[in-house]
Amino acid sequence: MSALTVDSLYKVFGKGAQQAVAELEAGVPRDQLSNKKVTAAVIDHTWEITAGETFVVMGLSGSGKSTLIRMLNGLIEPTAGTIQIDGVDLGSLSKRGMRELRRDKVSMVFQHFALLPHRSVLENVAFGLEIRRLNKVDRLERAKEAVELVGLGGEEDKLPVQLSGGMRQRVGLARALAADTEILLMDEAFSALDPLIRQEMQDQLLELQSKLGKTIVFITHDLNEAMKIGDRIAICDGVVKQLGTAEEILMNPADDYVAEFIADVDRSRVLTAEAVMEPYRGSDTSGFATVDHDVLVTELYDQVLSSDDPLLVVDERSDPLGVVTPKGILKSLSPETEHGHPEPEEEAQRA
Amino acid sequence: MIEYLRNWFWTYVWKPLPDMPFGDWMESFVRWARDAWSVFFTGTEAFLDSIYTGLNASLLFLPSGLMVLIFAAIAWAAKGWKLAATVGIGMFVAAWTPYWDETMDTLSMVVVAALFATALAIPLGILASENRAVSTVMRPVLDFMQTLPGFVYLLPVVMFYGIGVVPGMIATIVFCMPPGVRLTELGLRQVDSEVVEAGQAFGASPAKILARIKLPLALPTIMAGLNQVIMLALSMVVIAGIVGGGGLGSIIVSALSRLEMAQGFNAGLAVVILAIFLDRVMQGLAERTPVARAVELAAR
Repeated sequence: MSALTVDSLYKVFGKGAQQAVAELEAGVPRDQLSNKKVTAAVIDHTWEITAGETFVVMGLSGSGKSTLIRMLNGLIEPTAGTIQIDGVDLGSLSKRGMRELRRDKVSMVFQHFALLPHRSVLENVAFGLEIRRLNKVDRLERAKEAVELVGLGGEEDKLPVQLSGGMRQRVGLARALAADTEILLMDEAFSALDPLIRQEMQDQLLELQSKLGKTIVFITHDLNEAMKIGDRIAICDGVVKQLGTAEEILMNPADDYVAEFIADVDRSRVLTAEAVMEPYRGSDTSGFATVDHDVLVTELYDQVLSSDDPLLVVDERSDPLGVVTPKGILKSLSPETEHGHPEPEEEAQRA
Repeated sequence: MIEYLRNWFWTYVWKPLPDMPFGDWMESFVRWARDAWSVFFTGTEAFLDSIYTGLNASLLFLPSGLMVLIFAAIAWAAKGWKLAATVGIGMFVAAWTPYWDETMDTLSMVVVAALFATALAIPLGILASENRAVSTVMRPVLDFMQTLPGFVYLLPVVMFYGIGVVPGMIATIVFCMPPGVRLTELGLRQVDSEVVEAGQAFGASPAKILARIKLPLALPTIMAGLNQVIMLALSMVVIAGIVGGGGLGSIIVSALSRLEMAQGFNAGLAVVILAIFLDRVMQGLAERTPVARAVELAAR
């Protein structure tokens, strides 16, 4: 089921926006628009997110990702195109209707946490429920559950200034979770955190998501983060350059822009055994250790090193798919062999 | 050469011009307004007068010695024992001068004027923070109000209200209001836009965002504005002694006209003591706002 649908969505800032959209529709690139005073932030976005999916929008600053996420909850009005949430067109909503949508269906986590400094952790988390006019006892109870959920139990009465950055963002996350909306918008939610805390938060988000199954739109400029968290990733630079799973993007970058991005990605954390395996031309696989096809390459190292034989990759029904060799792993971890210039040896194997 | 220019300007610019009319315009406007809006003036006069009289009577109801203790207790509650001691000694000195009644008159005028100024300033500040056009129009008006010498306010006010306590307070309200408006606007505009956005993202209405997010976060700045309002009110109330505003102002004006140094110094001392009391108590209250506490906690 589609939770969020975006169709031919445009946002152009400045006077003469409509005309700029017409030019963009005709295929003019955004740095060659006739009106130099307009800024095209979001160009022709068309995609759908299914309920329970984590959708990552990845782009550098100026790629329109913050504008995009603010259109999804109506904080910014699109110049053209439609956004539907649960089949409701955002453009058809009155101001009041939009506020109700934000209260009941879409909540948001902010880059710099956006907590109220004079309120305790618990009161901050209860903010969304307070706006929804839930009575005090119930809202504090639900806020408490959310605080426990993000692992901040015992910190309820502290003020935000008494917490570390990571803990503050947990409060931000708890506030969004307490509102109990289907859709969660996360705007560079982990970008302001230290690298270690950031990884911790990513792991926690994945764990929470496996329990809660929210529909998440996650904005980031960090492709490693995008590939770790996202079920699907949209790489944006005004337009959507490529949309697909992490593996699809790594194996088949759509153009040079995307290829340049993925050059720095830690591929071993994205690629699975299936992606790096080769066909096995021998017949006897009886002595080989087996691995599931969806195991990440990082988790294969020990097994590969401890055996002289290749590893046998099997699918859910334990049918053999192919083998993983140290050479195969090394080859797939270097981006050049993957796209554009295949090596002769690889050509030979395919033939 | 200079002489030639001087003659040229005189012949072709200054001589043909009629007498400068702005002052006359102002005067005819004031005269017209006095008659046209007489109901408004008598109404505000009766209203302000009754509040002033009530407050003044209650401040003078108890003996001065007891009031000194009460002021010290207020200081204690607002800030702590150090301020309580300072205020206690200060107020004792004020009660020792022959002008305790006048000191209480002045305090009543300051409190009433500052209350009204605040009641006008905060809504205006909110309006200005929400609306660029209002802010743009208001800025020069506030500049004008603040830079016009305090004495000048006394003229139209006396024409509208005659002489006495009320015209003194009206002039004070106009004179002391600008920093209240300005700092309210500034405080509200300075609120972190991401926090305001969070309010919007969770579906809060503009009124709720104002009440639950912007005003609490702007409160320390607004309080700083109110402190300035009170200080300006105190200085203006003394000037209002010229138009029969009573209180310490009248004592100082008469001391000035008769060159009574001792009298002037004693009354001046009482003004300073009032200033310390009002300023420090307001500061203490500002430090107690939740946001100010959070900031202090962060600094530790």
